[in-house]
Parts: sequence; C-alpha cells; structure tokens
Amino acid sequence: MKRDRATPLAHTVVVASAIIFAVPIIWMVLSSLKPGTQLTEDPYSLLPVRWQWSNYPDAISSMPYLRYLRNTLVLCIGSVIGSVLSCSVAAYAFARIRWRGRNILFGIVIATMLLPWHVTMIPRFLLLRELGLYNTLAALIVPTFLGDAFFIFLLRQFFLTIPEELSEAGRLDGLSEWGIFSRIIIPLSKPALTTVALFQFIASWNDFNGPLLYLSDPQKFPLAYGLEQFISSYADQTNLLLAAATLFTLPIVLLFLLAQRTFLEGIATTGLKG
Amino acid sequence: MASVSIEGVSKVFAGNVEAVRDLHLEIHDQEFLVLLGPSGCGKSTTLRLIAGLEEVTSGEIRIGDREVTHVAPKDRDIAMVFQNYALYPHMSVYKNMAFGLELRYGGNWFHRTWKRLTSPTEFAEVATKRRGIRDEVRQTAQVMEIEHLLDRMPRQLSGGERQRVALGRATVRHPAVFLFDEPLSNLDAKLRLEMRKELSKLHQRLETTMVYVTHDQTEAMTLGDRIVVMEGGEVRQIGTSMEVYDQPATKFVAGFIGSPPMNFVSGKLTRADDGMRFVSPGLEVSIPEEKEKQFTSGSDEVLLGIRPEDMTVQKHSTVQDHPNETLNFGDISLVEPLGDSTLLYVEIAGGSSQPKNGEITLISKADPRTKFEQGDRVALDIASEHLHLFDPESGQNLTMRG
Repeated sequence: MKRDRATPLAHTVVVASAIIFAVPIIWMVLSSLKPGTQLTEDPYSLLPVRWQWSNYPDAISSMPYLRYLRNTLVLCIGSVIGSVLSCSVAAYAFARIRWRGRNILFGIVIATMLLPWHVTMIPRFLLLRELGLYNTLAALIVPTFLGDAFFIFLLRQFFLTIPEELSEAGRLDGLSEWGIFSRIIIPLSKPALTTVALFQFIASWNDFNGPLLYLSDPQKFPLAYGLEQFISSYADQTNLLLAAATLFTLPIVLLFLLAQRTFLEGIATTGLKG
Repeated sequence: MASVSIEGVSKVFAGNVEAVRDLHLEIHDQEFLVLLGPSGCGKSTTLRLIAGLEEVTSGEIRIGDREVTHVAPKDRDIAMVFQNYALYPHMSVYKNMAFGLELRYGGNWFHRTWKRLTSPTEFAEVATKRRGIRDEVRQTAQVMEIEHLLDRMPRQLSGGERQRVALGRATVRHPAVFLFDEPLSNLDAKLRLEMRKELSKLHQRLETTMVYVTHDQTEAMTLGDRIVVMEGGEVRQIGTSMEVYDQPATKFVAGFIGSPPMNFVSGKLTRADDGMRFVSPGLEVSIPEEKEKQFTSGSDEVLLGIRPEDMTVQKHSTVQDHPNETLNFGDISLVEPLGDSTLLYVEIAGGSSQPKNGEITLISKADPRTKFEQGDRVALDIASEHLHLFDPESGQNLTMRG
C-alpha cells in the first residue's frame, strides 16, 4: 500500500530532476545544429529552423581540435594509469598490511581531502616548475602517480571487503605479498578500479584549472582549455562553440554508458560463503 | 606424511591478548587430531600457528623432523581447508586446484623466463612438471568426484560442491599435514553428516596427518583419533573420544562434552564406617569404594558430576516398597521428548519427607516409552560407579583413574 502511493511521487521527482538536468544538454545539442543567425535573433527557440550539420566540420576546422583531443587523451590515459597504479598500491598497504603508524598516516591522507585545491596551488606550481615540468603535459600527469586521497580511501574500503582467507589461501599456495596483491586482490577489485579509472578520466577530461596554470604553449592545450580559447576568439559564432562543446561532451557520455556495467556490477565475492 | 610437534608455544596478540599459552602437543603421524573448544579458546590460533599464518611469540613447531617455526607457510608442506572454503572467486575450479602447483613449479611468467635464461636444464625439469599439472588435477578431481565441475566458477557451485572443491584443492598438493578450520560449519545438517563421513574416508585413503578444529563435539567425537579439549588458550585434556567422555580431567571438559551437559551439584563429603558419602541439601549419594580409593583431596568440599544418562528416574509409587539408600526424590519440572530419549528436568526435593526447595535441577535422560508428566514425583537412582567428583575451586577431577 505504502509503496503504491510512494511510487508516483518518486517518479515525478525523478522525471522532474531528469528534465532539469537534461534541458541544457538538449539545448546545447539542438543549438549546435542551428544557423548562426538563429541564435542571435531568437535565442529561446528549441528546434533549428534549418539543420546545419556543417557546424561540426566548421568547428573542428576552426580550431586545432584534433591536436587538443590528442593532448586530452594523453592526459586522461596518463593520469588514469597513474591513479590506478599508485592508489591501488597505497590502498593495499592501508587495508591489508600491518605496520606501525598505519592508522595515523591514513588519517593524515584522508585529511588532505579537506585542503582546497587553491591552498596547494602555488607550492605545487613552484615545485613542478623547479622540476622543469612547467609547460609540459607531464606537469598534469606526474602528480597522479603520487596518489589521491579519495581514490585511496575508495579502494581501501573495497579491499577491506575481500575476505582475509583468500589472502591466506594465496599465502599457503605460495604467493608473495605482491603476488597476493596482483593475482588475487586486483582481479577481484575490477568494479572499484573501474570506478577510479572512470572518475580520473572524467576529472582529467574536464580539467580546466590545471592546464590554465601549467600550460602556456597552445600546441599543448587539451580540449577543455582549448574550448575556452575558442570562446574568446569566436564569441559571435555560438553555434560553432556549441558544436565543439557537444563534441567535447560526447566521449564522456559514451564512456560512461560503456563502463556503467562494470561500474555498477556487484562485488564478485560470491563463491566464498556456503 | 609426518608428525607435528608443538613445544611450549605461546601466542600473544597486539594488546596483550594471550591466545595460546605454553602449548605442548604431539600429533602422531597419520593421526586425525581434533582441537575442540568454545570460541576464543585458542584452537584456531593453534591451527594457524601450525600453518604459519601466525608467527609464534615463543616456542617451537616441528613438522616431521624439520623445525618450521619460522618457515614460510608454502614451505611447510601443509594444506589448509578454511571455514568459508576461500576458493578464489575469479578462477575456475580447475584453476583453483592447479594454482598452488603452478606456483610451486615455476611461479609466474617472469620467474620462468628468468629460469629459462639462467639455468635451462632446471627449466626443462620444471616445464615437464608443469605439463603434468593437468593430469594431476584431473586425477584428484576424479577421486573427489568433482571432475564435472572443473570448468565452473566457484559462484556456480552449491555449498557441498564448494566444500568438495576445497578438499580437492588441498589434496592435489599431497601435503604431509592437512589442516581443517571448522570446514563443515557452513553446511546444513544433512550435508554435514555426509561430509563428515567423507572426511573419515579421505583420512583412511590418504593416510595423512590431519588436524581439525571444531567447536562441535559430535564432529570431534566421531572424527578424531584423539581429541584435544582447549579452554582459555590452554589444553585441558587430550584423549580418545571415550576417554574424554568417561574420564573428563576437569569440570570444564565434563561440562563441554556431552549433550545435555553433565549435572553438577556442590556438596560435602562425609566419612563413616560404611564408607564415604556425598551430601548436599536434597541429594545424598554413597561413593563406591573404587572411587573412594581414587579420591585425592584434602578438602571435603566437592562438586559432584553425573551424566544425564547415568541417572535413572522412576515414578515414586513404584519404589516405595523397596527403599534403597541411593534413591533421592524430586519433582519433574519439565519434560522434553527428543524421540530417541526424553529429557526430564528434576527438581530435587531433598528426600521424601522434606518440603521441596527447588534449589537444584538435574537433567536425566530417560526411556521415551515410560511416560512422565510435569509435576510427577520421582525417585532418582544415581549410578554411583559413573559419578565424578571435582574440586570446586580448580575444577580438577578428583576421581580420575591413573
């Protein structure tokens, strides 16, 4: 009875919020297909008067889109590798290895989540410049090899759910600590690792402040930052800007759809309990 | 095939928790030894110390004629079956069984490549062994009757099948010692019975030393060549099922083994010309001469222990004609029919003339065909040759033979 009454209400709320979130995206996609004049004359119209597909090739050719895309992909792939490697190793140490001061250090790691990005911005900039990484993509990739508090926390919590007996069975079978990590824990943590990889990919894809701070050579700009450059130089061609924005958003949406299966997959620890 | 000897082993966990205290244990070659005790008694820790999953705080462990106190688990020539089976969920049954052998014969790809480059002859040897793994696994699977499961993943198996696979994984390595950590406690009652039988058969077939941890006394009694009863990190008694049952060394052992548990009544011993008697409010029993001879204590304060089946209950009216001095009287407060027997809870009234005080309740196991009802006045006939006297302080059995 209660459920029957709750469902329509819940549905309404869900649909309403879905619309609120979807409208800007729909408007972006539709407007990216409008002729330039329609946007200035009648900015609130929904459907294009004429479906102008040429906006897309025009947008790509009016900026070094492919170069930006390449830079973005280098950033994304590099930092995904960095995050997954460093965070899984650190999380394993926090979850499964007993050592003095572990809990205190874990507290400190978690506490770094409270530091706003801006607080460490200048010291971090100075440090990376000192290392000669200013104006290189490495300035944005190398730090991910040093771990991220949130990802470490996420993976640690996941590792803790994997029964200790599996590690012990591995130890009896002759695995080293590294073997237990790489051949038992990692294969069982695919959902959590996918989550970390996806989050890091999206963060790097969308990262604007990082490139703004560390990159000065337009040849090295990633998409997010390149798009901003596009806005300043083509301010009157909103339709091209929106076409570029759509192209920018599309891969992330596709990636999410592809990954969401693994992402939402239940924890594969069945086979343990009788 | 090997014996295991544990010499003065202690284990103290962080926070000064002493899980095992100065343990001495000789496990004979090909013996099925059961470690029995309530949770927290140190039985699992003992097993994990033998396995090498825990480091001893002090003492020495030997397997066969080798000292293994600080040897890595994989080099101890043991195999362990865990309570939750601990099958690798991401590997097929075949892979689960082969994994340990693969690691033993050459480890990972990197190790093998290294071997191939540094010592080709040794590599060739290992490679031959590796090729034999498939047959070895198949053979064991056949014997364990899990051959049809080899391609499945653990999550596709039922509880009983997982159990079998876990046993198979342990067997395929041909260890000198098998270690079992409550392997049957996740199974339902019927399967447990079946697997218990199978474990016995496995032991007979493999003729290997087995150490088995359980809190289930039935498992312990049926499986073990010898039972080690543990409490608070210490061994209370070591003996065969019947020894532990008939001659419990302490009150703890007496109360832990047997269901329903042994009855305990505290009282005094009095000595007269016609022998020794146990006297408590409501209960008087004469101690047989044999027990009196065994009795070794200065104090007269004792705890009488008598098993429910060593006590016969008769309806009051049927015994009035021939009074017997060992008869005591009581009222039935509860009747629990179990089918094969009936449990009677008898409140001791303290002799027929006294008003009932209801201070002591004894449990008696009676023939289900004699009908008793709540409130019946009954006479208790205690088979005094089977009673035990314990020291109320230390719990020691004061009438132990030998």
